[in-house]
Amino acid sequence: MTGVLLPAGTLLWREVVRFCRQRSRVVGALAQPVLFWLLLGGGLGASFRPAGAPPGTGYLEYFYPGMIALVVLFTAVFATISTVEDRQRGFLQGVLVAPVPRASVVLGQALGGTTLALGQGLLLLLAAPLLGIPLTAASVLAAAAVMVLMAFALTSLGLVIAWRIDSTQGFHAIMNLILFPLWLLSGAFFPGPAADDLPGQRGGRGRGAAARHLPPGHGTVRSPGVPRRYPGGPPEQPLATPHFEPPRCPGIVPLPPVSRRR
Amino acid sequence: MSRGAPGTGTAAVEVEGLRHLYGSREALAGVTFRVSRGEIFGFLGPNGGGKTTLFKILATLMPPTGGTVRLLGRDLQGDLRAVRRGLGVVFQRASVDPKLTVAENLRHHGHLYGLRGPALRAQGHALLTRLGLADRAADLVETLSGGLQRRVELAKGLLPRPDLLLLDEPTTGLDPGARRDFMAHLHERRAGDGVTILLTTHFFEEAERCDRIGILHRGRLVATGAPEDLKGRIGGDVVEVRAKDPEGLRKQIRERFGGEPVLVDGTLRLERPRGHEFARELVEAFPGEVQGVTFGKPTLEDVFVHLTGHRFWGEAPTGGGGT
Repeated sequence: MTGVLLPAGTLLWREVVRFCRQRSRVVGALAQPVLFWLLLGGGLGASFRPAGAPPGTGYLEYFYPGMIALVVLFTAVFATISTVEDRQRGFLQGVLVAPVPRASVVLGQALGGTTLALGQGLLLLLAAPLLGIPLTAASVLAAAAVMVLMAFALTSLGLVIAWRIDSTQGFHAIMNLILFPLWLLSGAFFPGPAADDLPGQRGGRGRGAAARHLPPGHGTVRSPGVPRRYPGGPPEQPLATPHFEPPRCPGIVPLPPVSRRR
Repeated sequence: MSRGAPGTGTAAVEVEGLRHLYGSREALAGVTFRVSRGEIFGFLGPNGGGKTTLFKILATLMPPTGGTVRLLGRDLQGDLRAVRRGLGVVFQRASVDPKLTVAENLRHHGHLYGLRGPALRAQGHALLTRLGLADRAADLVETLSGGLQRRVELAKGLLPRPDLLLLDEPTTGLDPGARRDFMAHLHERRAGDGVTILLTTHFFEEAERCDRIGILHRGRLVATGAPEDLKGRIGGDVVEVRAKDPEGLRKQIRERFGGEPVLVDGTLRLERPRGHEFARELVEAFPGEVQGVTFGKPTLEDVFVHLTGHRFWGEAPTGGGGT
């Protein structure tokens, strides 16, 4: 087992060290969501009240979980750009001639991105009380578990794409095509169309409905009315998950469909 | 790890009938050679000759189109991880991470080879000391000079204590002094560890320092042997003549002095036992024709021209999927 874990662990650690050494990446990754939050939340907050939200929930609070999802999403996916860079700069060739199973190379890269995304997500999550959003140990743990699943799935998606692309420009172009629809339609930003209203839906009321009916006041923050599906999109995407509550369905983090098709 | 003395036991590298195609272009056209354990073997050839293709196949990065390759007694068709365990590889392009320190690079690389803990640290430190890098261990690689960065690459290649070290044009981009240093380190490691070294190069002075070389031209191995032996194949001196009308002069020389001067890129080339006397006779015989004459002991470049009828430099690579 060490034959797989030692190389995977070392590649994970390298990913984290590299990230921390590039101050621009750290600053960018943290500043971007905060900027979005302030600009969009401040701009839209006055005129927008999320449908079905408990009285007194402002847009900034509504958007906070979405912002964490955004950080996890972007950090996880863009962490895999280092695969493209490693190939261009030559680091990957040294890894490929080492007596290491390919699975541990992929695992190391996927776990590296997951670690970065989780770290940033947790940082933001733990800042929530500063903004008056209460947290409990249970809600933090549950949210962390959801973030791990999201981050791992998204890093894996990023890797599937990065493995085939030989330029960082190409990677950005393709990833933006995938990321922005995922993010905007996830409900993290604004409530999407209710799941019940979409044609051809099975199951009727989904998690959004469940979230709406959770008793308030136990320290959870809920994004109400989260759509679980969108037309033509993947079933049960976890991208809207930052309800700070345990995931109802462990199967909600499948490998994204792009990786299935490829 | 067991290592045989040079020339004994199984060969470190046995290659037979190696072919490789990129589409329809033949990069390697049936290459056969053997490298003994403990030997320093160099592949010399111009860009486009097939060196890098050969290197990629030997480094297990690319399966060949045809032929057999045995490294350290193991077939490349078999368990690749077992083969890789005995290999150290130094690439032409940097494979170190510039954002990590020298020591961090070695540590991660060691982990990929299953090395860890105090043993890994001790091995890394000993290697850095021998390569004169110990005082730079804590520096980020991006802050080192080009020559030192190449030495870190060498340290990476040597860290797993390979039986066979493969290097692809390892000194490209270095100044002549740094190139000599690098080769000196290779000789020291061979003397110290008995590692077999196979490198590719397009520098003649680097090839001169190998025990044996193979000359690759257009995917074929046109000669193998010790540099001195190969140069000995040329009789005496090499005389090169520049003329207004080289083709006309070629005929005149043939009629007057015999032999078969070869025209290479507008210059007449002859091999003569006593070059200096021949040069004088030539100028006296064709005073208006000859624009310049040079002569000297044959170099590996002369050997290349002698064997292929082509200049070493100035041939465009044939392109397509590496060389």
